[in-house]
Amino acid sequence: MRLHKHKTFKTGGIHPHDNKLSSQVAITPLPLPKMVTIPIIQHIGAPAKIVVNRGDMIKTGQIIATHEGFVSSNIHASVSGRVGVIEEVMDSTGFKHMAINIRVKGDDWEESIDRSDTLIEEIKLTPKEIVSRIMEAGVVGMGGAAFPSHVKLSVPEGKHVDHLLINGVECEPYLTADHRVMLEKPKEIIVGIKILMKALGVQKAIIGIEDNKADAIEIFQQLLKNEKHIGVEALEVQYPQGGEKQLIQALLNREVPSGGLPADVGVIVHNVGTTYAVYEAVQKNKPLIERVVTVTGKSVKQPSNFLVRIGTPVIDLLIAAGGVPEDTGKIVSGGPMMGKAIADLDVPVAKGTSGILLIPKDEASRSEVYNCVHCGKCIEACPMGLEPYRLLIMSKKGNSKRAKEEHILDCIECGSCSFVCPSNRPILDYIRLGKTQLKKQKSV
Amino acid sequence: MNEVILYTVLSLTGLGILAAAIIHLVSKKFAVQEDERIDKVEEVLPATNCGGCGQPGCRAFAKAVVEAGTLEELHCPVGGNAVMKQVAAILGIEAVERDPYIAVVRCSGSFEYRKKTNIYDGESSCKIAATLYSGDTGCAYGCLGMGDCVEVCDFEAMYMDEKTGLPVIIEDKCTACNACVKECPKDILELWPKGKKNKRIYVACLNEEKGSSARKECAVACSGCAKCFESCRYDAITINNSLAAIDPEKCTLCLECVETCDVRNIITANIPDEKIKHATEHRIRLEERARKKKEEEKMAAQAGQQQNGDATTQA
Repeated sequence: MRLHKHKTFKTGGIHPHDNKLSSQVAITPLPLPKMVTIPIIQHIGAPAKIVVNRGDMIKTGQIIATHEGFVSSNIHASVSGRVGVIEEVMDSTGFKHMAINIRVKGDDWEESIDRSDTLIEEIKLTPKEIVSRIMEAGVVGMGGAAFPSHVKLSVPEGKHVDHLLINGVECEPYLTADHRVMLEKPKEIIVGIKILMKALGVQKAIIGIEDNKADAIEIFQQLLKNEKHIGVEALEVQYPQGGEKQLIQALLNREVPSGGLPADVGVIVHNVGTTYAVYEAVQKNKPLIERVVTVTGKSVKQPSNFLVRIGTPVIDLLIAAGGVPEDTGKIVSGGPMMGKAIADLDVPVAKGTSGILLIPKDEASRSEVYNCVHCGKCIEACPMGLEPYRLLIMSKKGNSKRAKEEHILDCIECGSCSFVCPSNRPILDYIRLGKTQLKKQKSV
Repeated sequence: MNEVILYTVLSLTGLGILAAAIIHLVSKKFAVQEDERIDKVEEVLPATNCGGCGQPGCRAFAKAVVEAGTLEELHCPVGGNAVMKQVAAILGIEAVERDPYIAVVRCSGSFEYRKKTNIYDGESSCKIAATLYSGDTGCAYGCLGMGDCVEVCDFEAMYMDEKTGLPVIIEDKCTACNACVKECPKDILELWPKGKKNKRIYVACLNEEKGSSARKECAVACSGCAKCFESCRYDAITINNSLAAIDPEKCTLCLECVETCDVRNIITANIPDEKIKHATEHRIRLEERARKKKEEEKMAAQAGQQQNGDATTQA
C-alpha cells in the first residue's frame, strides 16, 4: 500500500487504460526514406516562407523556409538531396498545405552541426543568444500543439516567471515517445532544462512525470540528487495531466485565469521532447529535423519508437513496424484521445507528430448516438470546469455569443467529455465547431 | 344564507369593475404607439420568418421597411417583386424591381466522377467534417454530401440525390432565402440570378488547384484550360487560380461556351439541347471565318513584303 499519495490536478479528469505497449522498446533510427515531404506550416502561427527552388541541391540541416513574423518557425531540410515539386499536399492536420518535396541523395549534413554523442554541459551563450538560437533552429513544442518555443521563452514585459515546469507526463494512452527520450537521454534533458532556466532567468524547475513511468522518475531522482534547483515530482496517472494548465495545477496548485497564459501565474511549461530539442539546438547547433515517433496499436506486430526525419511518409513507419494489420479500422496521428485520423498514408511526419496509432476495426467506429440524459458526467470530467453538454447545444444552434460567455474558448479539446458520455454524444465535435465559428467571426 | 351570496356577488363585481377601470387607465397611459403600417406590411409578407432578407423574421422586416421609408436596401426574396410592389403601395413609395435569384450547386463531383479516398466516420454534419479535414474525396473544394443545406431549407426546396451524393435544388420551390448558402462550409451553394425565362448558365466547380491535380481528384473538375474563356465574345468569363467563372451580368446566354468545356461542366438550366447545338455550330462558323480572315491577312502581308522586297532590290 502506498502511504504517500502522489499529486494530481483537481478539476475533472478521467482514467482511460494507458496501453503503453512500446514503453520498453528502445528508440531505433528509421532508415532514410527515398523522399520526404516537408510542409511549411507545422506549427501554430504564420506559415514559413519558402527560400529554395525546384532542382536545388540541399544539405541536411539547411534552412528551406524561413519564419514569417515572430510567431512562426524556421523549417530545415531533414535530408540531403534535390528539391522536387513544391505544391499543396495533405498533411496530418487533414488539410492541404504547401509542402516542399525532397528526393533523398546520400546523407550530407551541414558542417556546422555537431553530430557526435558527447555531452556538452557548459552553457556558453547568453540568454538572448539562447532564444535566438532556438528560434533559428525551428524548435517548436513537441507535445503535439507545436507552438514555437522561442515565443514561449520571450516572456512579455511586466510578467515575472518563477517556475519552469518540464512536462514528462505523456498522459495520452499508447504513446511512449517522451518516456523513451527520458530514459535514453536524461543527461541531455537536464542540460536542456538548465539552458531553458538560463534563458528565462528562473531559479526553480520541476519535472512532472506520471507514476506509470517509475523507471524514468528513478533515473531523474538519481541524476538530480545533488541539484538544488531542479526537482522531479511523481504524479498520479490522470488524463489530461499533460495539458499545460492541468500540469500547473497539479505541481504548483496555481490556476491559470480564463483566457490567460501560464506566464500570468509565473510559470512556463516545456515538454521533455522540446527540452531535448533545445539541448541539441543550443549545444550541438542541430536544428529540429528529426523526432521520436511511437508506432503502436493492439494488433501492430512490433510496437516501436522510431527516430524519424521530419517529412517521412507515415507508410514508411508502418512498414518498419511490421506492416498494417488486417483488422485496422483507423490510423491516427497522435494519441487516441486528441489524435486525428489520417486520410492518406503518404501524410508526412511533422514536428508535432508524437505517434502513429493503429486502432482495430471493432474499437474504431463510433457508437450510436442517443439523447442527452443530463447525467452531468461531462461536467465532472471536464478539466477546465466547463459545461460541455450545454456548449454542444449552443454550438449546434449557432449561438456562438452565448457559447463565448460560457467560456467555450477555454476548452482544451482533450475529449474527456465525449469519452465519458453514456449517450455517445459528439460533444467535442460541436465544441470544436463552435470555436471555429467564433474564430471566423473574429477574423471577419 | 342569501345575504352571504348577495355580499359575495356584489363585492366581487365591485372588485372586477375596479380592476377593469385600472387596466383601462393603465393601457391608455402606457400604450405603445406603433405605426399601423407595420401591421399592414406584415400582413402581405409571406410569414415564413426565414431570415432571407437579413432581418430576424417578417415582423422585423416590416418594421425596418417602415422605418427606412425606402426599398433601396430591403427586399423580401421569398415574396419577390409581387410582394414588394404591395409593400410599396402600402407605404406610398416607389417599388424597386429586382431580378429574382435562385440557389445553384457549384459542384458536379458525383460519386461517379469523384472517387472516395477515405471513409468519414464522425458526426454526420458537413460543418463538423469541415472543421476536421478537407473531405472524404481527393478534392478539398467539393461538396461533402451530408446535407446540412437540405436540413436548413425551410421550403423543402432541396434534397440529396442518392445517386450522385449532391444536393438538388427544386426550381419552383427555391426562394433564394440564402439559408443554405450560409450553412455550407465549402461555399458550394451560391445565389445566382434566375435569368430571363429562368435560363441561366454557370460553372459547377470551385477547385482552384492546377488542372492536372484537379482532374486527378475529380473527373469533371475545371482545369482552367481557358477554352471557354477564349470562346466568349462578351468578356463574361474570367479565369482565376485555374478556375473559370461566369459573370452573370455580362453573360448574354449566347451559349457558345457550353460545348467548349471538355468535361461539360458549364451547367445550363432550362435551355433545350438544340439551342446549344446551334450556338456551337455558330461558334465554329465564326472561328472558321476568323481563321480564314487571318490567313488572308497573312497572305496579304506576305505579298506586301515581297513587293517591298522587290522595290528595294530595284532601288
